[in-house]
Amino acid sequence: MNETGPVLSADGTPLKRSLARALRREKFRAFLLVSPLLIFILVTFIAPIADMLFRSVENNIVQDTIPRTVHVLRGWDPDANDLPPEEAFQALYLDISLAAEMKRHTRLGSRLNYEKSGMASLFRKSGRGVGKFDADIYTDAIEDMDPAWSDPATWAEVFDDADTRAALPVTAGAWAALNDHFASQGKELKKRDLEDYLFAALHLDTRDGAPVDDPGVKAIVAAQAATPFEPLDYQAAFADIDEDWVDPDVWKTIQTYAASYTPGYFLNSADLQLTPAGIEARPENERIYITLFQRTLFMSLMITLSCILLGYPVAWLLANLPARSANVLLIFVLLPFWTSLLVRTSAWKVLLQQQGVINDILVWIGLIDNAGRLVMINNQTGTIIAMTHILLPFMILPLYSVMKTIPPSFLRAAKSLGATNWTAFWRVYFPQSVPGIGAGSILVFILAIGYYITPELVGGTQGVFISNRIAFHISSSLNWGLAAALGTILLAAVLILYWAYDRIVGIDNVKLGG
Amino acid sequence: MKLTTTVLATSALAISAGASFAEGHLADELTLVSWGGAYQKSQQRAYSEPYAENTGVNFVWDESSSEAVAKLRAMNEAGNITWDVVDVVAADAIRLCDEGLAMEIDHDEVLADAPDGTSASDDFGDLIVSDCFIPQIVYSTTFGYRNDLLEKAPDSVCAIFDTDTYPGKRSLEKQPIANLEWALICDGVDISEVYDVLETEEGQDRAFAKLDTIKDDTIWWSAGAETPQLLADGEVSIGSTYNGRLFSVIEEQNQPVSILWDWQMFDLDGWIIPAGLPEDRQARALDFVKFATDTQRLADQAKYISYGPARASSAPLVGKHADLGIDMAQHMPTDPNNAQNTFLFNYEWWADYRDDLDGKFQAWLAQ
Repeated sequence: MNETGPVLSADGTPLKRSLARALRREKFRAFLLVSPLLIFILVTFIAPIADMLFRSVENNIVQDTIPRTVHVLRGWDPDANDLPPEEAFQALYLDISLAAEMKRHTRLGSRLNYEKSGMASLFRKSGRGVGKFDADIYTDAIEDMDPAWSDPATWAEVFDDADTRAALPVTAGAWAALNDHFASQGKELKKRDLEDYLFAALHLDTRDGAPVDDPGVKAIVAAQAATPFEPLDYQAAFADIDEDWVDPDVWKTIQTYAASYTPGYFLNSADLQLTPAGIEARPENERIYITLFQRTLFMSLMITLSCILLGYPVAWLLANLPARSANVLLIFVLLPFWTSLLVRTSAWKVLLQQQGVINDILVWIGLIDNAGRLVMINNQTGTIIAMTHILLPFMILPLYSVMKTIPPSFLRAAKSLGATNWTAFWRVYFPQSVPGIGAGSILVFILAIGYYITPELVGGTQGVFISNRIAFHISSSLNWGLAAALGTILLAAVLILYWAYDRIVGIDNVKLGG
Repeated sequence: MKLTTTVLATSALAISAGASFAEGHLADELTLVSWGGAYQKSQQRAYSEPYAENTGVNFVWDESSSEAVAKLRAMNEAGNITWDVVDVVAADAIRLCDEGLAMEIDHDEVLADAPDGTSASDDFGDLIVSDCFIPQIVYSTTFGYRNDLLEKAPDSVCAIFDTDTYPGKRSLEKQPIANLEWALICDGVDISEVYDVLETEEGQDRAFAKLDTIKDDTIWWSAGAETPQLLADGEVSIGSTYNGRLFSVIEEQNQPVSILWDWQMFDLDGWIIPAGLPEDRQARALDFVKFATDTQRLADQAKYISYGPARASSAPLVGKHADLGIDMAQHMPTDPNNAQNTFLFNYEWWADYRDDLDGKFQAWLAQ
């Protein structure tokens, strides 16, 4: 009867929908089971990495610290090779005064110092210097007119009015920024926090008249209409702090790096630089990163290769010995894991240095003379030896677990069919162990590419990796943007290699065990 | 019944907590950040152990001073500062203070006067290089050499560039600071003009050219323990490191090594308190710092390590080494006999030129 209608389940709903619902519930349950780990990884692993990588292009600091100056510089043509207009210096005065109040100017100085030497001290000095400008003439003049201006309450009242704010944009902006800062610190604005720059801003807003109703502001406008306040030469005042402020190159650098997002860090990572004139190659004596990237990749490959060469026979032995002796051998393989990395690295120093154990023995048995002691450390050789030793277990263990699953009868069968030892190994055994080599190589290579303690200690000048520079920029120079850019490139290189491996060998061919 | 007890207990706790807040509650745990090794040990014996004895405070040590600025920045961004008192070099203290990450203090108000009543700021004098910095020691980076490997004892820092008279490898720190200055001094530049010369492209080339002459004979170190090891093994005949490390090689391990004090580079180390600590932790940190930087305590630290106390009034109190029983005064970098030719690490200049020169230095190394 129901041949044409849908199949119904016991409760009368179509079977198809019922099944879909059941499956959905199943999936949801599976997701719930996974979700704690997923959330954990997202919060503690993916998010911080994404945040760090984002810093490689993020450059809000210029815009956030000196917004008014950046705004004026948008209309400035740097090619004319002149200084920016007086408005830029006025804006800079307000920006640096506020930034100094919030202690943000030196950070901007350090940021710009990555691009041009001297910016760090320029901003540091200017943070102190702007407080000594002659802007107190405005403070005195305005407070003489009405002492109420020295009280923050007056300011709060005046700028509570939206029309006044619109009529006095410069002052309103500075006042709002100051208030926000104090609010975020949980502090109360006191009389002495009303500094000269607020009055200077008020002067800038009112010197050509201002359409306001506020009687206090009106009085200031009227006073200036009668006898204008003496104008302050901001450019000369900045030149007094440091001659660099009248150097157009300084302003060009600020303008070049004013954007919120910058390719500058990535360009630096490729030994290029972003200049006002466009992208340029760095001078020869400052190029380093491309060399380091190449070296890191090359040395990691060398280390992976030597791990395969040394690890394969050991893994073979482990897989084919009787269980009791294999276990003892396995402990020897694992032993280095239980020793501190620094101890192992230092041990290599003692062995390999020119006055070290190996050289002493070679001299003693007369293979080399005392003057011809071998240099085996503080160079690439030392790095490859020490890191191969440290990473060897990561090669042996996957190889061993894969070799364990290859039945010994295969080799016997090959031989009984007439194969020589070599043919039996090469045609029958080796192809089955390739997934182990693949897994071990990926592990060793990826670990090697990010190593930095061992290269730092035994690498000398020719054996250091890119990760040493990343560590330096994270913890010493605090150039996190550049560190992030270098890290992003390293991550991309690994992903590309992984992709290439998948294309050539096939990622299904990787096994960590039976 | 049970409920009332709990309520009573809770309110009693609340009241007592309120009371102790009123009289300035001090945290009973203090997280100190230092450099580890013998230096941290000397701080424990001179400062934290006696302080803990007096107050019962529990000390937690973190050996992160070399990354203090980076970590404090990160803590500040995350809004959770876990450190109470941090031992940093002066350059880092200046940077932290400028960025508002360290607390500004009034040295005269916060720190103890000298026993004769001299105010703290006069007693520390020029060593207060920043409003946030509480000086502790003066140390220097200088050279140690093997007596038995060199026929003639060097009397000038320029010996490192003279491989004929002083054969063997050298060890130098893997950074431009100090090395470029020494190179220029030995290339005939007057100490007063070193930084002016180094500011110019030609001056930098000149310094690197001088370093080029010993590049193949140099092992570059990045950890303070490396030069002592290289000297002890005879791997290098002369090398730079911190003077306290050399003291330990010579006096504690009895190696045939001597110190060359010529043109030692002075630097300062001291405490800062991170900005924005909760009140009770900040009060505890201030209380500890006041104790740990008084005249006697600073002189005490010199019993365990050969770094000069930062207070002028501590110098006469420097006595004998606690374990070895030798007179420490002559081992101080600030001792008049040792301090004939010295220069002080120029913080402001290096803040400007470090990024640039470090790039050049690394590129030069990699060539």
